[in-house]
Amino acid sequence: MADTSVTHAHDTHEHEGDEQLWEGGGKSPMRASYGKVMMWYFLVSDAFTFAGFLIAYGALRFSMPTWPEPDFVFASFPFVKAHWPLIFVTVMTFILIFSSVTMVRAVQEGHRENARGVVFWMFLTILGGASFLGCQAYEWHTLIVGENMTVSQNPFGRHIADGIYLNADGTEAKNEDGTPKTFQKDDSYLLHKHDGKFDIPKIRYTTGVDAGKTTEASFGPPSFGALFFFITGFHGFHVFSGVVFLTIIMLNAGGSLYAARKNGYEMVEKIGLYWHFVDLVWVFVFLVFYLL
Amino acid sequence: MAGHQTYEEQKALVFKGLMLLGAITIVEVVIALLAKGHMIEGVNFKHGFGHYLYMALMVGFSLYKAYFIVFYFMHMAYEVRGLVLSVLLPTTLLIWAIIAFFQEGGTWGARRELIKQKNEEVVQPTPAGKPAGYILPGTVLYKG
Repeated sequence: MADTSVTHAHDTHEHEGDEQLWEGGGKSPMRASYGKVMMWYFLVSDAFTFAGFLIAYGALRFSMPTWPEPDFVFASFPFVKAHWPLIFVTVMTFILIFSSVTMVRAVQEGHRENARGVVFWMFLTILGGASFLGCQAYEWHTLIVGENMTVSQNPFGRHIADGIYLNADGTEAKNEDGTPKTFQKDDSYLLHKHDGKFDIPKIRYTTGVDAGKTTEASFGPPSFGALFFFITGFHGFHVFSGVVFLTIIMLNAGGSLYAARKNGYEMVEKIGLYWHFVDLVWVFVFLVFYLL
Repeated sequence: MAGHQTYEEQKALVFKGLMLLGAITIVEVVIALLAKGHMIEGVNFKHGFGHYLYMALMVGFSLYKAYFIVFYFMHMAYEVRGLVLSVLLPTTLLIWAIIAFFQEGGTWGARRELIKQKNEEVVQPTPAGKPAGYILPGTVLYKG
């Protein structure tokens, strides 16, 4: 990995004032500027924070008898009434991939000291980040307003055994074609609200330990809502902060602040590291929340 | 950074990255929809070996995407060994965190009924004069 014979783009910049950087050595062992190394270490710590959250998701999921199915929960798409499982979140993933790619281009133009290129590609990156936030706002809005999910209440459940739906008077419910309205183990359901109150259907299990028992369909594990809003919210907050910093740095790049520093627009490179990390975290949020 | 690459090579890498990450994402979603039974009527990988295979594939694809982003978009491939190791080695601690916490969650789930039972258990109050607390049967209490 380390090819020391390669002439690094930043050598000139890195070696000015060596005697203050590393006492006595005269060489920087990381061959990267202080700012870049520290950005890496910040990202390591942030990776641990996100990993902690995602591992908590896994541990809580394993501790529950049922867990909502992602392809049932995340199936809405703007202006489309039908269920399109996972399609919207795929669009969001693509938006982040595109904004990561435009960020790489901005960094490359920075190395060529091309201010116009940096501003152009950073602007596209900001657009990508803002679009992602817009998509997330839509997703949250659908879940909170349309489907009544909150941090402490999760109306997405799954049946723990086979059974049949009952009418309010205790008789067996029928489908429109007259067949009994049955459900199977692991089938997903969403409890709907009518006139501000949850309309909770009665059910009778026909298999499992509770066979023959009449009960009410229950809410799903509340920790699902808490974990979803907290983790995607924390990631969204990273995207938001990224957009703010990208904007500041784009304006500075356009205002020739970085050109004067003659260090290959290193500030663009540092915000680039952060921005790719946000995309990297999304890879795992996508895996844990939507794919598994 | 990437001092040995020409500008054209760098631009080609960006295009390659876009295609690669996009293609992997599409493959992931197609496999996910297939595995969850949305593609072919009656076909899914929700249980047993098929489910484990599906999960392993998804984790594998995601790790590859992560590797590509870190090594090529974030230029880790062109950093010196010391920096690479100081960033990547600490993350191996997460392997243990995953094993430990998933084990914990699984055990909690398996003991849910027992925990509920124990929570509902009515404990008889200790008669006066007897030592409080739980004493194993057959324990001889020391009297000084």
